[in-house]
Amino acid sequence: MNAMTSPDLSQATPHPAPFLRVEDLRVKFVSRDATVRAVNGISFNLERGKVLCVIGESGSGKSVMMRSLLRLHPKKRTVIEGTMMVGEHDIGAVSDRAMTQLRGSLISMVFQEPMTALDPLYTVGDQIAETVRRHEGLSKEAAWARALELLELVRVPSPERRLKAYPHELSGGLRQRAVIAMALSCRPSLLLADEPTTALDASVQIQILVLLRKIQQEMGMSMIFVTHDLGVAAQIADQVAVMYAGRIIEYGNARDVLLNPQHPYTKAMLAATAKDQDRNLPLEAIAGNPPDLRALPDGCSFAPRCKYAGPDCIVTMPPPVTDIRGHMARCFKVEAADGPLAFDERVAEPA
Amino acid sequence: MTDHMMTPRTAPVDPRDRGGPAQPMLIVDGMKKYFPIRAGVFNRKVAEVKAVDDVSFYVVKGETLGIVGESGCGKSTLARLLMHLIEKDAGELILDGDLVGGSTGVLLDGLRRALQMVFQDSSSSLNPRLPIEQSVAYGPKVQGASGKSAKAQARSLMEKVGLNPNLFGQRYPHELSGGQKQRVNIARALALAPRLLILDEAVSALDKSVEAQVLNLLGDIKKQLNLTYIFISHDLHVVRYISDRVMVMYLGQLVEIGPADQIYEAPKHPYTQALLACRLSMDPEARVDAAPLAGDPPSPVSPPSGCRFHTRCAFVEDVCKAKTPKLGDVLKLSADKHLAACHMVHPDSGHSRAPAHATAA
Ligand SMILES: Nc1ncnc2c1ncn2[C@@H]1O[C@H](COP(=O)(O)OP(=O)(O)OP(=O)(O)O)[C@@H](O)[C@H]1O
Ligand SMILES: Nc1ncnc2c1ncn2[C@@H]1O[C@H](COP(=O)(O)OP(=O)(O)OP(=O)(O)O)[C@@H](O)[C@H]1O
Ligand code: SF4
Ligand SMILES: [Mg+2]
Ligand SMILES: [Mg+2]
Repeated sequence: MNAMTSPDLSQATPHPAPFLRVEDLRVKFVSRDATVRAVNGISFNLERGKVLCVIGESGSGKSVMMRSLLRLHPKKRTVIEGTMMVGEHDIGAVSDRAMTQLRGSLISMVFQEPMTALDPLYTVGDQIAETVRRHEGLSKEAAWARALELLELVRVPSPERRLKAYPHELSGGLRQRAVIAMALSCRPSLLLADEPTTALDASVQIQILVLLRKIQQEMGMSMIFVTHDLGVAAQIADQVAVMYAGRIIEYGNARDVLLNPQHPYTKAMLAATAKDQDRNLPLEAIAGNPPDLRALPDGCSFAPRCKYAGPDCIVTMPPPVTDIRGHMARCFKVEAADGPLAFDERVAEPA
Repeated sequence: MTDHMMTPRTAPVDPRDRGGPAQPMLIVDGMKKYFPIRAGVFNRKVAEVKAVDDVSFYVVKGETLGIVGESGCGKSTLARLLMHLIEKDAGELILDGDLVGGSTGVLLDGLRRALQMVFQDSSSSLNPRLPIEQSVAYGPKVQGASGKSAKAQARSLMEKVGLNPNLFGQRYPHELSGGQKQRVNIARALALAPRLLILDEAVSALDKSVEAQVLNLLGDIKKQLNLTYIFISHDLHVVRYISDRVMVMYLGQLVEIGPADQIYEAPKHPYTQALLACRLSMDPEARVDAAPLAGDPPSPVSPPSGCRFHTRCAFVEDVCKAKTPKLGDVLKLSADKHLAACHMVHPDSGHSRAPAHATAA
């Protein structure tokens, strides 16, 4: 149950194994002159039919983590360590051929940049039908009928006309619905959605979120949903993970993380939003830059930007502290002695 | 126009001004773009997408005009029309007092230099084979800067947008995250020293803390470089924060325009009201199970008669289907003018909720 517990869970647990289990995932990109450590030890569990939202700084490794689950990284330059179990499939161990089969049917992904998911040379209908045909071996007519059904499922207005449209003829919202339709075409058990509503206006965004949540519940599908919009996370997440420099630095039930954040990075990120801020004042942006992933500091990766950082913080990475509700933060200033996580607001004395 | 001239909040004299500080940076009058839909063996035009349908507004110097509206309502098409990236079907563009195009107007070259755009799709606008420092230096080089000075300029711009040139300068676009790429795009747009920057979903791919940095950055460089912004976004919080005035589009048309605080605190058009209701709560327990704006947006190929919003409006009456509501004199300059194209706000329109007699607009 608890997402951050020790590796020994498999032996004694009275609960069924979680549908998705990620254990100490590490991803680095190796080139001649540098090694980029994009993911640095991520562990979490996700139950069937639940939604995990991943939020975090640009470049914190959210997309890299998602792509790892589909094994989409260039093999030659990427080193992936750790365990990724999806159902009974060990993603790190299955053959390339098996992986090709699993993509779309077991795990499917909606990418961050919708244009790259669609081929500009083919109509939306052709592309959805082709995906269905490849996976399910349907006839051309049956695949086309299924494509129409899928566009109706994601509520594309005048779906017959849209099937014959080329991607550039659709607005961002319709394109993203087409992409979602394509991702759902082979009834995946795990949907990876990488900022699927980022390009949409508020009214369509809410429709897509309500729709995704509904489809996800109807299909009993698990979902990892990457977003940088905290309101979106509030709307769709069961659990929220906050990433920083390739690590999950805070995790918990959506309400705990969003309304009662404990890690200084999460707190700072929440304070930086433009919501209801005076336009005559600058926003409370977090000072400094994210760390260089080619040379990560030894201590807490947020320490150089953290206003609470003390001498301990730069020596070792703080271990996860988890409370009874499963709310976790990796920060030396956070304790879970009696009950919920508590943050020590005192700013450290200079050493 | 002079007797209604507003006093601009900041009217710094810019040597590049041709029309004086009170002359709007841009006047857009009756802009139209209909995309043809072709079909059949002869590829004949069978219908038209009315993507932008008679849109007029102005942008004063030094202001930020926010544009919001449903996906597909024509915001990007409008932006591309202003940039002359696509042919307009009708309408006029007056840049700092000069008509763009035509026999007497300013040349497109001048327009292209004065107007720069940061696009919605961050990845496709960068050359995949160029390290990003060279991508940023490309603009200044084309404008005649020496290699060395273009490079120095590129590095200082990268610093300005929060990308350490030593870390990122030699990287290729595929080695950057979405947010990092978008900052490169902003740096590139700034490299050409524009007067007016059109930002089309420029911060929507960024996480909140970088978004805050970039919004602060946009505020700083706006003052430093004396810029004017058109800011297109679906993030209603960000638009409120950054904009002096906001215009709301629906199905190719302008339905409401006014000072940002008035639009957000006292929206007049039912579409604006519904759109604002779509702002998400931060509390997972305040989740909505139904979208505030129900129904599908009508097709821009054959938009509804009368008020285009009538098919989804809670206040629809017969007059709404029969008569197109007027917006009012949108090109008359006035800082606090708040206009809405809805029969409910216009006296004697025939709508039961309309005010009985004329009040000053
Ligand atoms: N193929 C690659 N080679 C080298 N570095 C890479 C590669 N792919 C990603 N990176 C780096 O890994 C880090 C994580 O990137 P990732 O795309 O996962 O970020 P992200 O959290 O999704 O950010 P965003 O919110 O901007 O999308 C970034 O610093 C990026 O530059
Ligand atoms: N090249 C084209 N050919 C045909 N129709 C087009 C073309 N470009 C845009 N359209 C149509 O014009 C309308 C306006 O599209 P536009 O991209 O301007 O919307 P938008 O307001 O920017 O939407 P979004 O918020 O999704 O970016 C849409 O109905 C779109 O399908
Ligand atoms: S461990 Fe230290 S530096 Fe890191 S977040 Fe906590 S207080 Fe800040
Ligand atoms: Mg990403
Ligand atoms: Mg657009």
